[in-house]
Amino acid sequence: MSTRASDYPPPFSAREFVTEPTDPADERIEVGVLIVGAGPAGLACAIRLGQLMEEHPEVAERLGEVPVAIVEKGKQPGSHLLSGAVVNPRALRRLGFRVEDIPSYGPVHDESVYVLTRRNAVRIPPPPTMRNHGNWIFSLSQLGRWLGERAEEGGAMILPETSAQKLLVSHGRVLGVRTGDKGMNREGEPMGNAEPGSDLVAKVTVLAEGTQGHLTGVALDTFGLRGEEPQVWELGVKEIWKVPKAPRGVIHTMGWPLRTRARYREFGGSFIYPMGDDMLTIGMVVGLDYRDAELSVHDVLQELKTHPKIAKLLRGGERIGWGAKTIPSGGFYALPKRLHAPGLLFAGDGVGMVNIPRLKGVHYAIESGRLAAESAFAALQRGATPAASLDTYDKAVRESFIHDDLYEVRDMRQVFGRGFFVGGALASAMTISKGRLDLGKMRAEPDAEQPLLRSDRAASYPTPDGKLTFDKLSSVFASGNKTRDDQPNHIRIERRVPKDVAEMWVNLCPAQVYEIGVEGGDGTVTVNVAPSNCVQCGAITAKGGRLTPPEGGSGPEYTLT
Amino acid sequence: MKIAVCVKHVPEGNAKIDPSTKRLDRAGEGALNHFDANAVEEALRVKGDSDTEVVVVSLGPARAADSLRKALAMGADRAVLISDEAAAGSDLVATSKLLAAALEKESADLVLFGQQASDSDGAVLWAAVAERLRRPVVSQAAELSVAEGSLKVKRQTEFGYDVIESPLPAVVAVSDAINEPRYPSLKGIMGAKKKPFDTLSLADIGVDAGDAGEPGSKTEVLGLSDPPSRGDARKIEDDGNAAQAILDFLAEKRLV
Amino acid sequence: MSILVFLEHHGNELQKGALGVLTKAASLGDSDVAAVLVGGGVKALASEAGTFGAGKVFVADDDAFEPPLPQARVDVLAKIVQEHGYETVLIANSVLAADIAAGLAARLDAGLNWDLVDITGDWVGKRPALQDSVYVDVGWKSTPRIALFRAGSFDASATGGGEPEIVDVSAELSDHSQQARVTGQELEEASGKSIEDADVIVAGGRGLGAPENFSLAEELARALGGAVGATRAVVDAGWYPYAAQIGQTGKVVSPKLYVALGISGAIQHKVGMQSSNVIVSINKDANAPIFEFSDLGVVGDVHEIVPKLTELIKQRKG
Repeated sequence: MSTRASDYPPPFSAREFVTEPTDPADERIEVGVLIVGAGPAGLACAIRLGQLMEEHPEVAERLGEVPVAIVEKGKQPGSHLLSGAVVNPRALRRLGFRVEDIPSYGPVHDESVYVLTRRNAVRIPPPPTMRNHGNWIFSLSQLGRWLGERAEEGGAMILPETSAQKLLVSHGRVLGVRTGDKGMNREGEPMGNAEPGSDLVAKVTVLAEGTQGHLTGVALDTFGLRGEEPQVWELGVKEIWKVPKAPRGVIHTMGWPLRTRARYREFGGSFIYPMGDDMLTIGMVVGLDYRDAELSVHDVLQELKTHPKIAKLLRGGERIGWGAKTIPSGGFYALPKRLHAPGLLFAGDGVGMVNIPRLKGVHYAIESGRLAAESAFAALQRGATPAASLDTYDKAVRESFIHDDLYEVRDMRQVFGRGFFVGGALASAMTISKGRLDLGKMRAEPDAEQPLLRSDRAASYPTPDGKLTFDKLSSVFASGNKTRDDQPNHIRIERRVPKDVAEMWVNLCPAQVYEIGVEGGDGTVTVNVAPSNCVQCGAITAKGGRLTPPEGGSGPEYTLT
Repeated sequence: MKIAVCVKHVPEGNAKIDPSTKRLDRAGEGALNHFDANAVEEALRVKGDSDTEVVVVSLGPARAADSLRKALAMGADRAVLISDEAAAGSDLVATSKLLAAALEKESADLVLFGQQASDSDGAVLWAAVAERLRRPVVSQAAELSVAEGSLKVKRQTEFGYDVIESPLPAVVAVSDAINEPRYPSLKGIMGAKKKPFDTLSLADIGVDAGDAGEPGSKTEVLGLSDPPSRGDARKIEDDGNAAQAILDFLAEKRLV
Repeated sequence: MSILVFLEHHGNELQKGALGVLTKAASLGDSDVAAVLVGGGVKALASEAGTFGAGKVFVADDDAFEPPLPQARVDVLAKIVQEHGYETVLIANSVLAADIAAGLAARLDAGLNWDLVDITGDWVGKRPALQDSVYVDVGWKSTPRIALFRAGSFDASATGGGEPEIVDVSAELSDHSQQARVTGQELEEASGKSIEDADVIVAGGRGLGAPENFSLAEELARALGGAVGATRAVVDAGWYPYAAQIGQTGKVVSPKLYVALGISGAIQHKVGMQSSNVIVSINKDANAPIFEFSDLGVVGDVHEIVPKLTELIKQRKG
């Protein structure tokens, strides 16, 4: 029996999420530019549009009563944002801000990289891709909050607790989105206070949904835009701690607890960033092309904290936050064929603008949002049918640092499939040659196609003590998640699969959404789902299931992540 | 007819106490107190399609505007925020004075409250406000109907239900059993930004700074202490007699 | 130090919670403790107040006071406080009492601290916060002081005091106190109570094993006169209705007794019941987190223990 999760695909088709508008014309809500996602890409787009509208009020007028609207599925901008984050400020400056004016945890003072073993930490010189001089430490959630305020000041209307459920398409052109229903029960029936979704139509729609963006995936399939290589992801799980004394500089580690042998494909490492004097964030990032059915990134993070040097950093401290999110790591070759479709633009993590070797993506998201605004605005200014003229966006991105940076590191992630040491050597060679070392494009395999193996990995996870180490349900609580239980299940997944696949899902999910049900007697088991635990990290979509947006307002309520 | 609904912006999520001020750390994210959402919903139900005006009133810092906007998005017509630094730290006596002053100006036929504030469980503001307004008050309303200058309430008590009638104007505190608050529609959320929103200072409502905030409060927070531990927590293994052991324990605690 | 205690009654009985507050007042070491009774035909209850520590009982006995409405009672209390100079008024919380306490505070412009579970002789009130994980010490800056205590904070115990002095009170009622009228009443049986009002809750979790086994919880609840609750996990699995769900995303309860059957005690559940007075849990897993916050934890099989316990309780209740 195959143990590739990809052989047990979820009941999902993009077609289900594409529709013509169904509301009567006078009930449709019309806006000028519709942005899906109040993250760095979407907010940068809104801010830039605000600037352009001020310079050209006549175009602003043409955009109607609500020139720029942003729909956000979280309770407010920042609720679903999570990153390290050490941010390259160049894109914020191009947006017109002085990074000193933005609430942050200051510039990076110092940095160190360690290779860990069970008991020791060997300091190594930071690889060229990991030099953070000139970068600033932010909480992405707080940055989102701040950018949201600037976007509103510029005239954008943010609509929180609103999910974008379906893409409105007519005659091959994107007209906007249909928002999700509210007040449905677990069976999908409307309860007393149910509020159906609305058709939200716009002249241009910008999808800035972040990793595993729902409509982004739908649109890429609908318009046949998937890139040369399949997208692959890392899963990042992190915690925020209040500590007596934060470390002075940013720290990255490699090695333990991840295993270095090629057969396990455990690519990743950890980060520890100071947040002021008395807080820090610690996180584990692991590629989802791993093969061990017992790998649980949540628990590997718990294991990491038991390292004597790390436990020391946390001693006397208290965990005050937790979260998880996937990061697209396919790089250059996984970018879509085009970044636009009729009436539509794609920005940010949703289409994989992330530089994994540098662990950076926020500034690409912001820059792409800014460029999307300029293209959209130019098209609207010309009064041209936006359908025809959005390709200026692709051109702008190609000529930007987004393209240059991603091209430089185009093969780096793929080499790590060959194990840490071989991979590390190749990656260094690539960096030193500034990307000129060309090993020929290496094939990436989708994460869900990795065959599974078992190696008793779970034996090394610490038993949660509630002080240094925690169990998944406590972590879900620490994410602020209080999702309404009695709503439809938003996770699409095959419910009867081989035991190994089910166990892989159980361990994969940092929020304990999946559970083994009953054994089928033929090596299969059923899979139980507890959707209200979900923090919408997106890992399941990478490994054989499919995340769709739950009722708006559901999910984590991040504040410091 | 005019209905005024008093709402509160409360901290969300896992609130903490700020050890330096000994108050609830209100710096975090906030939201409309969900019990007040019941009150807003009830006002909207009473209003129905009529031209009754529903005005939402809140006392709080500037960011309390978020909760007022949510009420406007649900369908309220107008919002009033009493926001003044001198009002920070007002206790029940001071808060009731401020709210009553604002409500006097509104002269509403019906003033609604939610049954408690989730950040200070057991709040009893409505009766204090009703006293200052010299109006009849009915609390724990599980059902409310309004007609021709009077109201009828089914009030939930420990013993069952009382049916209470009163002429208007009156003050009513609704229980969370009374309704299921509606979700704001997208049109509602967008329309909320255009609805009238007034921010008033103490001077605007005619209250002296000495009657508000800490100077105007008659109670104070002295500090924090630990609750008594649960005492000897006992853990036993069943050796066949667990049922008897449990019964003895319950008897000892006078629970059977 | 003069203390006035409001005594609530229902039918022909003084409320236990109010008598508990009276007991506490008497224990604060002052002889000048007075009680207030307001109602129709309540004079007969006055001497009972003496046994619980009241040296004096003010009685406002009139048919006009028969309906359980708060504002006329505020008129009576205000008059007594002002005429006799009482510095402290202690009230046991109830639906009626909460409105009285707040109305009185506004009438007298007096400080009101509510949701207290204790008070010291030097007038520091103890108020639980953050799901009862911490106590906030609260005080009054002036007199009169009004304190509203959480239901059941104090046990009523007869101090054996003698006959109290009975003082008849008549008060002029404000206009607004006379407007609301009770025009009907529906009394409910105890078992019809909602989960939030139940004094006893028996809750079932996945450790029950199968949906049919909820009958164990139901039988035990019936024997104890309580309501049945459920964890999110079993509600999700369809074993029990959502209305019974206790926890962060369900109902938050604080009964006198919470019996947890087969519940592990994840934090999402804990925050829904941790302020219960007494927690008894039965679980097969000795390491279940629930044992960390139970008053009595029993490591064992619910299927063995619960039927026996139910039987024993039925026998005891006779």
